[in-house]
Amino acid sequence: MHASSKTTNTHADISAYPSHWKRPPVFIQRAWLRWAIGLAALLWFVLALGTIEVNWTRVAEGLERGWRFIKGFLTPDFTTRWSDISKGLIESLTMTLTSTVVGVLLSVPVGIGAARNVAPKAVYYVCRSIIAVSRSLQEIIIAILFVTMFGFGPFAGFLTLSFATIGFMAKLLAEDIEDIDEKQSEAIRATGASWLQLINYGVQPQVMPRLIGLSLYRLDINFRESAVIGIVGAGGIGATLNTAIDRYEFDSAGAILIIIIAVVMVAEYSSGYVRRWAQ
Amino acid sequence: MSEATWQYRTPRKRLFLWAGWLCFVALCVYCWQVMTQDTIWYFVTDAPKQAADLGARMMPPKWSYMDKLWIPLWDTLNIATLGTLIGVILAIPVAFMAASNTTPSRLFIRPLALFIIVASRSINSLIWALLLVSIIGPGLLAGIIAIGLRSIGFVAKLLYEAIEETDILQIEAITATGASRAQILNYAIVPQILPAFSGITVFRWDINIRESTILGLVGAGGIGVQLQGSLNTLAWPQVTMIFIVILATVIISEWVSAKVRHAII
Repeated sequence: MHASSKTTNTHADISAYPSHWKRPPVFIQRAWLRWAIGLAALLWFVLALGTIEVNWTRVAEGLERGWRFIKGFLTPDFTTRWSDISKGLIESLTMTLTSTVVGVLLSVPVGIGAARNVAPKAVYYVCRSIIAVSRSLQEIIIAILFVTMFGFGPFAGFLTLSFATIGFMAKLLAEDIEDIDEKQSEAIRATGASWLQLINYGVQPQVMPRLIGLSLYRLDINFRESAVIGIVGAGGIGATLNTAIDRYEFDSAGAILIIIIAVVMVAEYSSGYVRRWAQ
Repeated sequence: MSEATWQYRTPRKRLFLWAGWLCFVALCVYCWQVMTQDTIWYFVTDAPKQAADLGARMMPPKWSYMDKLWIPLWDTLNIATLGTLIGVILAIPVAFMAASNTTPSRLFIRPLALFIIVASRSINSLIWALLLVSIIGPGLLAGIIAIGLRSIGFVAKLLYEAIEETDILQIEAITATGASRAQILNYAIVPQILPAFSGITVFRWDINIRESTILGLVGAGGIGVQLQGSLNTLAWPQVTMIFIVILATVIISEWVSAKVRHAII
């Protein structure tokens, strides 16, 4: 500060302002912590890259095969393996629909039980643990177990997808029920309604649009998953795809991938349409 | 004069709704028939016995097997994290090309970017891994690329939605200072989407940890390779041990991701 001259006071003030502006750090304000985390990340990166063993000659050989896959994807062969593809596709589609319906039907009671505002404490904990178990196991691991128990084929896949649907739907439904407008359920309660009437008139109308939307979303996910669980023997188009790739028939594999992408796109667009209609 | 009762829908609407539900139920029953025509019901009725048998074989877990799982676990974490890194780096340009307010060309580039997103999203990482293992051979690299390719669609989709929701006023303010396009991006759009972007990245990392644990089933490295080996040799106590490790990893990564997202947003 130039306290000496009063006449140049305004000038001095302006020059005291910084002429350059530096954007402040976004996440971690403490500089040393930022540097430490950055260094740790760098150290991890070097270590991680060091432990990856890559067989470059194999990769180089594979590039030719990769090129063949891209060509196969661009010129897909639907006809040669059409009987296998259509069988796998029908298995996948039927598995998807039935498992979504059964899963959603089962998830509704679990979801209501897992909502803190409508269920008693004991039921709440039971339902929350069902959800936790169903969500933390991946589809493929459940599929391995179910295939060992129920034998190969789409039935094991159906059970797997239903089980996975329960956890997914019940969790989101429970969160939605916990978020409802309490005034409406209070109004229903004030009329002397029983618990079932409360669910039917106070809760159900509020969560129904979202339940429909989530079911359609899950239908989409179940189809995508049905393409995967075939790899461990649970039926569906995944088994066909696995065989095609094992035989290096990349044009058939390309055809299957295009079918999967097309079905997912159709499902996504139509579900958007149905959701707008439901709301 | 008869008392009219209030009804939510007109009779015509109710009829349509009823017919719709009837068709839906018929479709479900038909699908069920088609799906189960090849099912051998003996295996299904036998399942409780099989389950009990399996349970007896799986218990107790072989705790000593853990010694052989540390390195695959490290590989699994690396697959997930490096894959996320690749996916995020590739997703950023795709997201900017797909967002209708930043895309260079609405007619050509935006549909292309949207197709990349859909293609990457519809194909599960396990299928990407299956393909890549057959193309570049088994190993970690196939797993990393598979995770990366799958992540592009997810991250790009959520990111382009965030870009489209940015506040136009802030962009106009920066534009009014005479900023170039790059400067607008850097000072108007990036600060607005940065929290969403970090949240999406951590969320995807969490999912990728979950998915990378099973990539080894098709030979793409990580703890799944051990799982596949144990399954093939019917070493069920080892399988149980691997399931426990996978479960613990998934729960810890979910906890970390929830904490980080909570801190950011």
